[in-house]
Amino acid sequence: MRRIITMTVNNRPGVLNRITGLFTKRHYNIESITVGHTEVEGVSRMTFVVNVEDERTAEQIIKQLNKQIDVLKVNDITDQAIVARELALVKVSVTPALRQEIYTLIEPFRASIVDVSKDSLVIQVTGESEKVEALIELLRPYGIKEVARTGTTAFTRGSQKTAATHKTAFII
Amino acid sequence: MARMKVEEKTSEKTKMSGALMLIEALKAEKVEVIFGYPGGAVLPLYDKLYQSGVFHVLTRHEQGAIHAAEGYARISGKPGVVIATSGPGATNIVTGLTDAMMDSLPIVVFTGQVATSVIGSDAFQEADVLGITMPITKHNYQVRDISELPKIIKEAFHIATTGRPGPVLIDIPKDITIAEGEFDYEQEVHLPGYQPTTHPNHLQIRRLVEAVSQSKRPVILAGAGVLHANASNELRQYAEQQNIPVVHTLLGLGGFPADHPLFLGMAGMHGTYTANMALYECDLLINIGARFDDRVTGNLKYFAPKATVAHIDIDPAEIGKNVPTKIPIVSDAKAALQELIHQQGKPADTSAWLAQLNEWKRQFPLYYEDDEQTIKPQKLVEMIYELTNGEAIITTDVGQHQMWAAQYYKFNRPHRWVTSGGLGTMGFGLPAAIGAQLADRNAAVVSIVGDGGFQMTFQELSVIQELQLPIKVVIVNNQALGMVRQWQELFYEKRYSHSLIPNQPDFVKLAEAYNIPGFQAKTEAEAMEVLKKAFAIDGPVLLDFHVKADENVYPMVAPGKGLHEMVGVKPCGELSQ
Repeated sequence: MRRIITMTVNNRPGVLNRITGLFTKRHYNIESITVGHTEVEGVSRMTFVVNVEDERTAEQIIKQLNKQIDVLKVNDITDQAIVARELALVKVSVTPALRQEIYTLIEPFRASIVDVSKDSLVIQVTGESEKVEALIELLRPYGIKEVARTGTTAFTRGSQKTAATHKTAFII
Repeated sequence: MARMKVEEKTSEKTKMSGALMLIEALKAEKVEVIFGYPGGAVLPLYDKLYQSGVFHVLTRHEQGAIHAAEGYARISGKPGVVIATSGPGATNIVTGLTDAMMDSLPIVVFTGQVATSVIGSDAFQEADVLGITMPITKHNYQVRDISELPKIIKEAFHIATTGRPGPVLIDIPKDITIAEGEFDYEQEVHLPGYQPTTHPNHLQIRRLVEAVSQSKRPVILAGAGVLHANASNELRQYAEQQNIPVVHTLLGLGGFPADHPLFLGMAGMHGTYTANMALYECDLLINIGARFDDRVTGNLKYFAPKATVAHIDIDPAEIGKNVPTKIPIVSDAKAALQELIHQQGKPADTSAWLAQLNEWKRQFPLYYEDDEQTIKPQKLVEMIYELTNGEAIITTDVGQHQMWAAQYYKFNRPHRWVTSGGLGTMGFGLPAAIGAQLADRNAAVVSIVGDGGFQMTFQELSVIQELQLPIKVVIVNNQALGMVRQWQELFYEKRYSHSLIPNQPDFVKLAEAYNIPGFQAKTEAEAMEVLKKAFAIDGPVLLDFHVKADENVYPMVAPGKGLHEMVGVKPCGELSQ
């Protein structure tokens, strides 16, 4: 089962190593990690997407992360109303004749072209992982040269009133 | 917020070197003894130690230093402090750090590091100590600026000794020990991410009280958490109040008196029949400060299959980790037991259960077949028990002798048992005895070791001799790596691959080389004679006992089996046949 775990940590050297080391030691499989600064100086936010066998393993991950001295707060936000985003850059082989077709293709995804050369385009897309995945699949037949994905970053919505009915929010 | 206020002002805000800061911090923490080994990267520190008045024990290997610190911590309850140099000095303490981590011992280690200007350049004696020790410490630091040093040391002692105790390492580059800064040790520890829960949730305590009152066959599994929390009196009071029998983990021995009628013995792979069957048959299992190690549980599929499980632990991550838990109580063992005693509740009617357990105790005691022509290792432990009136501190390595010591030395009070439980470290017993003896100068300390493990750290005899510590080193010499040999006999068709060592050195001569009296015994009578002689000597003695080589530790739960599937259990009636 896929879980999205966010946490705030002290922004100190080696903290990421501490966290990933913990995952390695206990054989937890990480799908993606994103890290960045928060509004508080010296505090960073990490978002993990992990694949675990059951609830018990997810609980154990949270507990083990909580034990780290540099971890300030851990949350499993999978079952809450959340805002989740991933950014991907996709370089596609495209001849000038096919450019218009690509424009049409990416438009519903609200993706944008951020670089153009004579035989390729770089497309930028943001959204939930499934959306990014879907666009990449659509582009694959044209010939994907390179893909760079950030992994999911997420946090909870300000209002949780409809949390019970929204397992995860799909946002384009 | 985790805050700790230092009552006494330890120093004015004067400028001093990092090395001197460290000495002053150790004094402020009231550190009585440090164990260490000098080297290039810690020379400024050792220079300040020279006339500091701080008692430093020079072990002959860094592994000895950290095991000694573990022995000291186990007996005194205070943090064990270690100093090692950079690179090889630091890597030599890795085993001890892991050992302390597994057994939750408060240890503070200072390692030297190459100067900050050359860190990362693969400089002479540089090792990535922070990276190496990250997974085997409760927390670790590398000091990057002299201004951070006092705060880091204060935090390290706080982290090592609070919550679930554990080892904390501070890696200090050489230039930081030379640089000067302001020493302000009168500061609060402020760690928002570290707030151990020490007091139990009242509702969960209530749930446990109700579960006990409805139970017919309750049992307490008490681990080392009881000892760390100094909760032995409370455990006894609670067990007596509720009439609940108690079993111990290997590391918990001494937390409950071994001669108490409610005590069922040690549980697990080499536990007593009664303790293991109690865990199998109980309807309520109250785990206090044990982490459900696989050596205690056997195959989890068959562990306490009929029981509601309650777990009291200061580390929330231990609760539900291995065994699904219905009543989780995150708390220090002492606080939880006090609350349970206070709430009382209706005691369980355990009379029928206790009668059954007593019958098992009578019918299936620990046993061995005596043989006066050789030395039975079990008998040897019993002789030591007798001659020390059960009051000695026993330290061990890992293996058969460790299990025999756990089975046949009856620990009636806490902090008398020092063993490597979680990691199972050979070579632990001898250096640990040094720390234990320094923690309790008046205690009789007996280090029971195997001939294999002894040869991993015997250089520490030098320390014992130098400090004239009256430690009695008992080598249970079966000319083999006993437990390896036993497993090869039982599970590898007696193919003794590299476990038999018939050409051991003359251990008595070795003792003499260290100027320590040594004696050898090969029969039961000789064993008693040399033991008496040794205990009459007011100083260190080494004893080499040639025991029956093919003796096995029983009872035994084979790997993958349930606790109820023990082998090597004989009814009392069969023993006399």
